[in-house]
Amino acid sequence: MKTENQKAWFFVLPVLILVAFNAIIPMMTVVNYSVQETFGDNLFFWEGLTWFEQILRSDRFHAALGRQFFFTFMILIIEIPLGIAIALSMPRKGFWVPVCLVLMALPMLIPWNVVGAMWNIFALPDIGLLGYFLNHVLGINYDMTQDPVAAWVTIITMDVWHWTSLVVLLAYAGLVSIPDAYYQAAKIDGASNWSVFRFIQLPKMKSVLTIAILLRFMDSFNIYTEPFVLTGGGPGNSTTLLSIDLVKIALGQFDLGPAAAMSLIYFAITLFVSWLFYTIMTKDDLN
Amino acid sequence: MALEIKNITKVVQGVTHIKPTTLTLRKGHFNVLLGETGAGKTSLIKMMAGLDPIAAGQIILEGEDVTALTTQKRNISLVHQFFVNYPHMTVFENIASPLKVAGMAKSEIEDRVAEAADILQLGPMLHRRPHELSGGQQQRCALARAIAKESRAVFLDEPLANLDYKLREELREQLPELFADRGAVVVYATSEPEEALLLGGETALMVDGNVAQFGPTADIYRAPASLTAARIFSDPPINHAPVTKRGDAMHLGSLSWTVSGEVAGLADGDYIVAVRPHHVLPHAHDGSDVALKGHVGVTELSGSESSAHFEFDGNSWVSLAHGTHPYRIGEDHDFYLDPTTCFYFAPDGARVG
Repeated sequence: MKTENQKAWFFVLPVLILVAFNAIIPMMTVVNYSVQETFGDNLFFWEGLTWFEQILRSDRFHAALGRQFFFTFMILIIEIPLGIAIALSMPRKGFWVPVCLVLMALPMLIPWNVVGAMWNIFALPDIGLLGYFLNHVLGINYDMTQDPVAAWVTIITMDVWHWTSLVVLLAYAGLVSIPDAYYQAAKIDGASNWSVFRFIQLPKMKSVLTIAILLRFMDSFNIYTEPFVLTGGGPGNSTTLLSIDLVKIALGQFDLGPAAAMSLIYFAITLFVSWLFYTIMTKDDLN
Repeated sequence: MALEIKNITKVVQGVTHIKPTTLTLRKGHFNVLLGETGAGKTSLIKMMAGLDPIAAGQIILEGEDVTALTTQKRNISLVHQFFVNYPHMTVFENIASPLKVAGMAKSEIEDRVAEAADILQLGPMLHRRPHELSGGQQQRCALARAIAKESRAVFLDEPLANLDYKLREELREQLPELFADRGAVVVYATSEPEEALLLGGETALMVDGNVAQFGPTADIYRAPASLTAARIFSDPPINHAPVTKRGDAMHLGSLSWTVSGEVAGLADGDYIVAVRPHHVLPHAHDGSDVALKGHVGVTELSGSESSAHFEFDGNSWVSLAHGTHPYRIGEDHDFYLDPTTCFYFAPDGARVG
């Protein structure tokens, strides 16, 4: 005899409540703002999809979105190969393993706003170590507060410094899980280093790299604190990424409606790209 | 043509794992490395394959000194005890991988893979992944890779150890055929004396990183050079006990028997007698047999053989006889040994007769 009842739902309830409070309810308030206009005093006027249309047609949004994709693309194209390369060159056993792991983990332990402040001071042309060195020792004209290219180089370098470790640690975890026997088999087959990488290490790292790329995509696409502290979106608007622009609209201009609509579009893009990437990467595994 | 190793040594952090070893392993038959776990079989194979560095010595493959060559350039095959196949490749791709690396033409790869798959009955499995195969099929896939490659030397490191009994018997029968006429030096490591007897053209007995004896398998079995060699090449372990020679009689506790030939010519004194378990039987074979009154401890019945472990004169002995025998644990029972089947060793372990 099997008893059938609906008691199981009670066990799901705590999670439902938690998710409702930390995700669904805040998001619904954003949805609420995105379709109304307010001038304060808790007075709201229905606007329908006006804000969405305005954002999607706005050149300012397109420019910020373009910068955002460029930033994410650049850091992925640098951090993923660099992370794999570092992981490959790290020792697999012995005294240096914990030393390397701790050194790798260090940048990730630093609070984000501290990273931004550190790099800001580091890169200042007159007093910063990097800025001074580039300008006065190497004679390169470098000023990230004036020159958009210098600003871009600095925020990308900062992100690479801060987050390549994550890729390294994930790739390293994938690498150490490969039994010696595979390397031996490959040697016996006469495989070159490249073949070993291509046919043994890369397939074995595939699942952790998928996660690494996904995490780095989401984090870098939503990045705010570090570039805000480092460049504040400048010079001009040259490093104004989506999140920085969003905060300007919401808190600077107090346009809550357009800001809410923009957040939802922003969220939808992040979600869609992540879903697309994950689906493509795991397609083979399902067969 | 052969694989010669000259004085190769392995030292890890100051500890000698493989003592200077010299062997000439020839083509045309299986060269068996027989020894217990930890005797250095796998180490020796890895050194010959170039996977482990050698501290000193020389490896010569078909007249070419390959000591300094990397594994990749030696053109060899290795099949492990555990099944090593590339998990993300199909059986076909696994067998083809060394050929692909060698840059062979596609049509030739297909022919060779088909041939190897055919020999090892993997035809219907070619498009599956290793994890979709049974253990025996996975190991056959690894063997097929070794066969398809047509390498100069094939190392089989206890390839059957992880297979179930039936499959092991089946593959063991097929193995010599598989590698016959392949033109490769075949080296087969095992811990089972029975496998060495079945497969081995020549056998090297390994003890503690040392080759105790090397030569045609049957010769070593019939004439072990030392007590250690006799012990490794016997399953269950060979019985041995101290004896004293006086005149032409050997004394084992209260028992004695007369010896003749070269043994009779030995100086009087203490020796060690060794008898294989299947020469210690629960019934006499003729009047010259010596009877040991044994106190039976453990008994086992395996297949059509019965073995009994018994105490005699302070030493433990094993008897292995065909048929089932009604031993009673804790009771005394007469066991007979035929003095002509005895080996005699000097107290230091060297064989004297």
